[in-house]
Amino acid sequence: MGDAVLSGYDPGGFYCEMTRPGSTGPIRDRLSSLDIADLKERALRAQAELHDLGITFTVYSEKDAIDRVLPFDAIPRVISGEEWRRIERGVIQRVTTLNLLIHDVYHDQKIIKDGVIPADLVLGNPNYREAMQGVDLPFGTYVNVCGTDIIRDDGGTLMVLEDNARTPSGVSYVVENRHLMLRAFPDLLDGIGLRSIDEYGIRLAAALREVAPCDGDGGCEAVLLSPGPYNSAYFEHVFLAREMGIPLVMSGDLVVEDDRVYVRTTGRLTPVRAIYRRIDDDFLDPQAFRPDSLLGVPGLMRAYRAGNVALANAVGTGVADDKAVYAYLPRAIRYYLGEEPVLPNVETHICREPEALRYTLEHLDELVVKPVGEAGGYGITIGPRASKAELEACREKLLADPANYISQPCISLSVSPTLADGAVEPRHVDLRPFAITGSSTWVLPGGLTRVALRKGSLVVNSSQGGGSKDTWILE
Amino acid sequence: LSDFLLARDAENLFWLARYVERAENLARILDVNATFSRDIRGGRDWLPVLQLNADERRFRERHGDPTADAVLRFYVLDRDNPTSIVSAIASARANAKALRPQTSREMWAQLNVLHNWVAGLDDQALVASELTRLLGRIREACQTHTGVTEGTFYRDQGWHFYWLGRYIERADQTTRLLDIKYHLLLPRGQDVGSALDLGQWNALLRSAAGYHAFRRIESGAITPAKVAGFLLLDGHFPRSVALCVGEGEHLLSELRSRWLLGGADALAAIRSLRERLGGLTIDAILAGGLHEFLDDLQQRFIALTTDLSAAFFGHGPAQSQGQSQRQGVTAA
Repeated sequence: MGDAVLSGYDPGGFYCEMTRPGSTGPIRDRLSSLDIADLKERALRAQAELHDLGITFTVYSEKDAIDRVLPFDAIPRVISGEEWRRIERGVIQRVTTLNLLIHDVYHDQKIIKDGVIPADLVLGNPNYREAMQGVDLPFGTYVNVCGTDIIRDDGGTLMVLEDNARTPSGVSYVVENRHLMLRAFPDLLDGIGLRSIDEYGIRLAAALREVAPCDGDGGCEAVLLSPGPYNSAYFEHVFLAREMGIPLVMSGDLVVEDDRVYVRTTGRLTPVRAIYRRIDDDFLDPQAFRPDSLLGVPGLMRAYRAGNVALANAVGTGVADDKAVYAYLPRAIRYYLGEEPVLPNVETHICREPEALRYTLEHLDELVVKPVGEAGGYGITIGPRASKAELEACREKLLADPANYISQPCISLSVSPTLADGAVEPRHVDLRPFAITGSSTWVLPGGLTRVALRKGSLVVNSSQGGGSKDTWILE
Repeated sequence: LSDFLLARDAENLFWLARYVERAENLARILDVNATFSRDIRGGRDWLPVLQLNADERRFRERHGDPTADAVLRFYVLDRDNPTSIVSAIASARANAKALRPQTSREMWAQLNVLHNWVAGLDDQALVASELTRLLGRIREACQTHTGVTEGTFYRDQGWHFYWLGRYIERADQTTRLLDIKYHLLLPRGQDVGSALDLGQWNALLRSAAGYHAFRRIESGAITPAKVAGFLLLDGHFPRSVALCVGEGEHLLSELRSRWLLGGADALAAIRSLRERLGGLTIDAILAGGLHEFLDDLQQRFIALTTDLSAAFFGHGPAQSQGQSQRQGVTAA
């Protein structure tokens, strides 16, 4: 037998999700009886299978469409039951606040009038949708699906890094990673007290119907609206439609007549009451938003505003999840709920405020600078890792358009043992739990653990060399 | 959940089945032609295969004279040729990809693996010693698809549209196979009906996997008329035009009675075709001209597809005017 999985592992001074004191002991024991070569071979086989099954995202170059598998690391990330309950409470608190905030923004705007959030930050936000003003939604639920990005610093404190309240993706990997582990490592998972993640689709379909304007006659058709097979997340759309037991439709499948939405079938037009849409606001309805959109459905916003169809997530949620509004979320939690945040924010400097800009410019080499509207890890400058020229470029961008940036201290993310070339090494991870809200909020007991596969890298995004792990929530 | 099927999904299922059937038949035709042409002409005459698919002009513009190597590459590997095996399988996969929420995971995975294999083939796969094995593998992979579908695909409306596509394509391919082979073997009109080398007719039957079936019902001499009659009119052979048309009629009437769908025109058309085939003998067909008869059948299958598009796939006459016939999703 060769080296056991954790025998030569050294987290190197980082906070490690696996070796920290706590309840991961039984899993460490099992990993100790597995040797690295075996682990590696089984992981490779499992990953090849992903390709055959088409569990892939598509990357387009000029000439070709290449189906890529999200790199998968077979050593799980483990979270104890107690710790998870705290994360769950924190996520629910956060989602509740987001919904209250968005409802307020599109109704009385009390939080602005009371001076808690600056008006222009909200009303001048590119994701603010005038069309939503005064629209009432069942239960005041705007964010039916929320992905909350959580990190842990080197002191072990869990913090929220980002809210994804528009069309968060990645949940298909959570479930597929588990299925892969069940196929390749049944001996590791058996009898360990793992929370099940199989309910997600059923929960989401139920939440969708809770907010849908269904008739008494039993007709309550829900669909998933996808941009189609050329979208890089198409596999996830397929996965979710199947898990939810609803049809996957594209723009041409839907038609709006007399402010009602119908789906084209082999027979007559069938009424649609709820749409889980995986298309951004901008593209949803060429009559209401971008007129050049071919992905949307003309007239959909009229039907939506008339209350004839539910959209999940609601239109206009982007006003609450950008990186500048993020900085105000702890204050919003206190304002709406009268509670302290269960999960703190990362300390954030809002560069639109002169004091914060000055501080940022003075400490550029210590801070992470992020554009407020970007996703996917694009456009960020990590001060301690940046060259002189990069820092200078960052300074120029900040001075030219300070309102477009925030800065945060460089958090030394926690690590998890990860299979590198021949050995098991520490790699930085984050966590994205998924919360579903209809009349109330439910959090999937699991989440997407993204891992920065490059040694030393802090960027976990799949577009930047990130992979994923199965996330084990213990009972 | 209501028992409905998206018009787009119905269309994609119809074409998924057609593309797989097309790939399988093309593999059969190429295999048989490779065997045939070696024996009969001393050289390999590949022109008829090009004519069969109406590809002659397009081929000559790009590749000049039809040599065996060039035609095989054109029909097996050429991704720029929409009538090649690799293109048919890529289009089948594109339809299957759009259908992933509808179909079983095993259906998708098998087709995905098949596509990745075929797309990765190079000229080496076409060398004479490997050719029959390669085409056999492609044929078997297509049959595997059919088997996986049979064993895993939920039998609602979608199943009916899938098999409608399958039978229409198969009937169409059988007419093409017969058209080409009959005239390849009998180039001059006055020879039609005369006895010819038995081995070649065996090969024709084998290309349609019909030799053993034919032998079961026909113990006497193999004649071109008997073979043509078998492939066109036999009521029990799975690749005969009559059987495919009868199955298609059954599927359409099920769609109308069980799901209360439209398609009255399509049903009337396929019913009249079935009745016409039922009232004909092969001698009458040959007397009227086999090629003309086959051509008429092919026209009817095109018209039938147009009727189905209008009735079920959301391409009413108003929308489809001036458009060429849609073929589900084609691989870009």
